[in-house]
Amino acid sequence: MKGITAYGVYLPRLRLNRQAMVEANAWFDSSLKGLGRGERSICNWDEDTITMAVEAGIDCLSALQEKTLSGLNLASTTAPFVDRQNSVLVAEAMNLNSQIRTLDIGSSQRAATSALIAGLETARQGNQMIIASEHRRTKAGSRAEMLWGDGAAALTVGDDEVIAQCLAVATNSVDFVDHYRGEGSDFDYDWEERWIRDEGFMKIVPQAVSAVLESAGRVAAEIDHFILPTDQARTPAVLAKKLGISPDAVVDNQIASVGVAGAAQPLILLAKALESALPEQLILLLGFGQGCDAILFQTTDRIERCRPDCGLSGALNNGREETNYHKFLSFNNLVERDIGKRGEVDKQTFLSGFNRRKDLLTGFIGGKCRVCGTVQIPREKYCVNPECRALDSQDNFSFANQPGTVLTWTADRLTFDWSPPAYFGMVQFECGGKLMMDFTEVEEGAIDSGSRVSVHFRIRQFDAQRGFRKYFWKAVVES
Amino acid sequence: MASGIKDKVVILGMGCSKFGERWESSPTDLMVEAYEECLTDAGIERDQIEAAWFGAGIDAFNVGSSAMPMSIALRLNYIPVTKVENMCATGTEAFRGAVYAVASGACDIALALGVEKLKDTGYGGLPQRTRGVENDMYWPNLSAPGAFAQLASGYRAKHKVNGDDLKRAMAHVSVKSHANGAKNPKAHLQREITEEQAINAPYIAEPIGLFDCCGVSDGSACAIVTTPEIAKSLGKENLVAVKALQLAVSNGTESGHASWDGSYLKTTRIASQRAYDEAGIRRPKEEITMTEVHDCFSITELVTMEDLQLAGEGKGVKDVLDGAFDAEGSNPCQIDGGLKCFGHPIGASGLRMLYENYLQLQGRAGARQLSDPKLGLNHNLGGFPHQNICSISIVGPYG
Repeated sequence: MKGITAYGVYLPRLRLNRQAMVEANAWFDSSLKGLGRGERSICNWDEDTITMAVEAGIDCLSALQEKTLSGLNLASTTAPFVDRQNSVLVAEAMNLNSQIRTLDIGSSQRAATSALIAGLETARQGNQMIIASEHRRTKAGSRAEMLWGDGAAALTVGDDEVIAQCLAVATNSVDFVDHYRGEGSDFDYDWEERWIRDEGFMKIVPQAVSAVLESAGRVAAEIDHFILPTDQARTPAVLAKKLGISPDAVVDNQIASVGVAGAAQPLILLAKALESALPEQLILLLGFGQGCDAILFQTTDRIERCRPDCGLSGALNNGREETNYHKFLSFNNLVERDIGKRGEVDKQTFLSGFNRRKDLLTGFIGGKCRVCGTVQIPREKYCVNPECRALDSQDNFSFANQPGTVLTWTADRLTFDWSPPAYFGMVQFECGGKLMMDFTEVEEGAIDSGSRVSVHFRIRQFDAQRGFRKYFWKAVVES
Repeated sequence: MASGIKDKVVILGMGCSKFGERWESSPTDLMVEAYEECLTDAGIERDQIEAAWFGAGIDAFNVGSSAMPMSIALRLNYIPVTKVENMCATGTEAFRGAVYAVASGACDIALALGVEKLKDTGYGGLPQRTRGVENDMYWPNLSAPGAFAQLASGYRAKHKVNGDDLKRAMAHVSVKSHANGAKNPKAHLQREITEEQAINAPYIAEPIGLFDCCGVSDGSACAIVTTPEIAKSLGKENLVAVKALQLAVSNGTESGHASWDGSYLKTTRIASQRAYDEAGIRRPKEEITMTEVHDCFSITELVTMEDLQLAGEGKGVKDVLDGAFDAEGSNPCQIDGGLKCFGHPIGASGLRMLYENYLQLQGRAGARQLSDPKLGLNHNLGGFPHQNICSISIVGPYG
């Protein structure tokens, strides 16, 4: 069977302080005080399942020598489009070739592990990427709001240069309804935690674990990393004890630092385990939801040489504390904010126009002139170099990984923005192109002419009237 | 070889409405107000007008498209009327059309009128509007102050200017214009402000504060033009002639090519040099008596002084603070109060600026009258520093 060849992680930078959440909500439910430790990751207003998936995918690709992929599967229960394949959008933002097989997998908290099993079992050659990304909305003042987080992780599976060989897989499919989200519902509806633990985890998981260990000819005591994604803080350790797995092997769900990222949680924790694993160690990955997936990996001696640019440790270090709970409510559309008349302007996307400009809008593709060599964005009919102006002379040139510097900037408090002030300005790319761009994740006082920036795929606008959202690339000042 | 427009066309009459928050007035009311003053000033019958150019900037919040709104409002006699729109250069574009028509000999007397009704949006500032199907998909939601604040950061970086000094110079620009505007009964804002007020006002788009921004107003202005010969035959004296009319439009170089550093307005440099050549001006600082420039934001005016060669490159801050462009300075700027006090009804502004130069040159500017005006320059800048339209017109005594 195939194995993992690379991994990558993305966590939103914003980390909402849980004490701020408690202070806002404990008047209604004093039991929240017991959950007020640490912080959770939250999407900025311009982040969602798609943008996080692109970031995680790019991080994963950074660890691969050969970056050509044969497939890309996106696992999520919060994909923004019900009928528009989200994985294709992710693939185009990553500038992957159009022959790639793409698939969206959802409807369950074990969507990512099921996608991973499908990838491991496929006969197709070459590396296939599985990205899991989740941005769940929760009711204000709920336990879920306290314990969950937003995030994404990506893996590639293949036959060559494997860092963790898959030894066996097993699935125990059971329609155990611990929670559900029905058609048209924005939020999950769940049942009592203790019942989920006793009748769900404790009964369903052991069957899958036994099956996978038996298939691989291994025993529980050999497991070095035990991954059970759940927002029940104590359940992984209780279950490990019941299964005969060492307590030291239990991989922490990082509820205190990130929160549980739903369908993305199994892959985020797997990336965490891979980051710390030594060669020849056993990793047992579980995915729980309407049953249980179990996948047993054994790391190879390549494990210590394969490191993504960011990974989980990088993502954890990249956090920025947010103490404004109301901002979180606004970003997740949980409160109807008075956005002013400037926010009322129609945001319709003209799809034929979008399609014409898709290279630019999704792939951040510009041009390079064959006559004078000038790199430019957007790519137009005539070369932008005033000394050249050659017609139809440009080849595609990707700006998606190009560093730049801030030429001019401002913080605009008049225009509409979901998180004012709106920062934007002229970015001069080191390769030579130049573009007026939005900046995101700007910290006050941390931007000036000459600041270095990288570019990132983000939400540009929501068209709430038609259920559409526009994406484009924005600049982020490097810290 | 083209000989240019110099002294081929003169202004027969001009009119300008009161600018302001004209809640009670429709665009038709504003047009008629400017037109009636203009007709009286020109001393002709309205049916002597043979062709007209109509400038209006933002269709959605103004009169709608086409030339019909003006023809209907003024009950013009089925003459050819052309609608023009070129962002903030719209008023000057209307004037250019009328002047060129007369210069060509296609007609003897032509009308140019601009109007804008900005105060029907329900909020402050310029209306939020589309920038086209494709641009809307990736351009930042930049407001006008946000776009021009870019100029401040580019200028600061290029010339290593201390931010506080630049802010103080910007404040001086506003203080000067408000002092001038306080003497103008047609201005929207007629109250002086202090440097302290300007510096401490809340940011609109860093480093542009409230008083660094022009007002937003309703208004209309118009001109009737003819040949010098016809004007003389009508008994007109002290003729004010067109010396130059130039336009430069960005072609994407500033926004997409590394050769532009964001610290100046390329189109202004190009259009003004062409205008100086057309008018035969060799030493702008000595020859231009007064300027009405596009002071949409104080930083724009400061940088424009350099681009017009009225201040040395990188010397704008010093010259502004030294008072070179004050009413008593070497090159008075915005003697009528400028956009700061008139606000900026897009389609009308270019003609409103021309109106002040016309009054000054005829010695009819009242409390604002300069002692010995010779050549007046008008400058409009439509769009954003990185992508814009610049118009320059120069007027002076005929001959």
